[in-house]
Amino acid sequence: MCTNIVEQTPVTGAARGERGWFKVKTALVSYDHPVRLTDEHALNIDLLSDALSERIAIELDATSARALVASIDEALRQAEAMDAIV
Amino acid sequence: MPVPYRTDQQEGILAETVMIAGHNGDQIRAFYARPTAPGPVPGVVLVHHAPGWSDWYKEATLRFARRGYSAICANLYERTGHGTVEDVTVMVRAAGGVPDAQVVGDTVSAARFLKQQSNATGKVGIIGSCSGGRHTYLTACQSDEFAAAVDLWGGGVVAKPEDLNEKRPVAPIDLTAHLSCPLLGLFGNEDRAPSPEQVDQHEAALKQHGKQYEFHRYDGAGHGFFYYDRPPYRQEQAMDGWGKVWEFFERHLT
Repeated sequence: MCTNIVEQTPVTGAARGERGWFKVKTALVSYDHPVRLTDEHALNIDLLSDALSERIAIELDATSARALVASIDEALRQAEAMDAIV
Repeated sequence: MPVPYRTDQQEGILAETVMIAGHNGDQIRAFYARPTAPGPVPGVVLVHHAPGWSDWYKEATLRFARRGYSAICANLYERTGHGTVEDVTVMVRAAGGVPDAQVVGDTVSAARFLKQQSNATGKVGIIGSCSGGRHTYLTACQSDEFAAAVDLWGGGVVAKPEDLNEKRPVAPIDLTAHLSCPLLGLFGNEDRAPSPEQVDQHEAALKQHGKQYEFHRYDGAGHGFFYYDRPPYRQEQAMDGWGKVWEFFERHLT
């Protein structure tokens, strides 16, 4: 099935694409059909500049996606503990 | 093309991208394939799925042409811009899909394009899978341009009020009274959109309105069991399903 599950959020960051680094303006997170992963569904992350000019695509199975979320949370927790986030 | 194919038979198809006037007269691209035989030949409009104007749809279009149909698959994501199919599909996903009215308009325009060609019999069928199956049903309920429709596991034909929005304002099942042609539906019993229960609801609506239809439901298959390039492919069910598609279109279009 097509889940049509998609979340979109503005972000500030940078990513390295085919033509080098670019500014990331939008993160698109969906749980739907992947392009490359062989699972029927995947947690798909697309980091976009603007329009179609640059895009970084990541497809993860649900377990990996949750592990990634936990890693990000933990890294941010440690950073907060040492007052590294301003 | 006569079936079974004979080895001494002359084959020929022409296929290319063309520009057609879509919804609201917008110029959109379409992949158009037709037999080189003089005809006249019936037509088939293919309505692509959520993953976009993909290789699978281009190859399916060629397959119909080789079978003796004039076939066309419009780029329903034309207005989003151009890039790889994957890039464009992501942008459409970010935009929440394309409006139903626009898809129906583009699809009806594709049918009219086929009917305007010098090799046309005037009979045109429509087929789509996944979101394209839903759009196929929606189009067949909102237009009388088609002589037969094939819904391949269209998800969202049955929809709750909270599933509707500005782009998808109507549940297709609610338009069943207006279905204008015979319908073939193929579904996997392991699918969750449409679930077997939703297919039951769809079938009940067709019966209620006295519509001509045939549904076939496959055990051991889920969503997208025709997609030979993806894990859901099920060889036995897909081959049987294609056989039903050929027989259905031959019965209603030739």
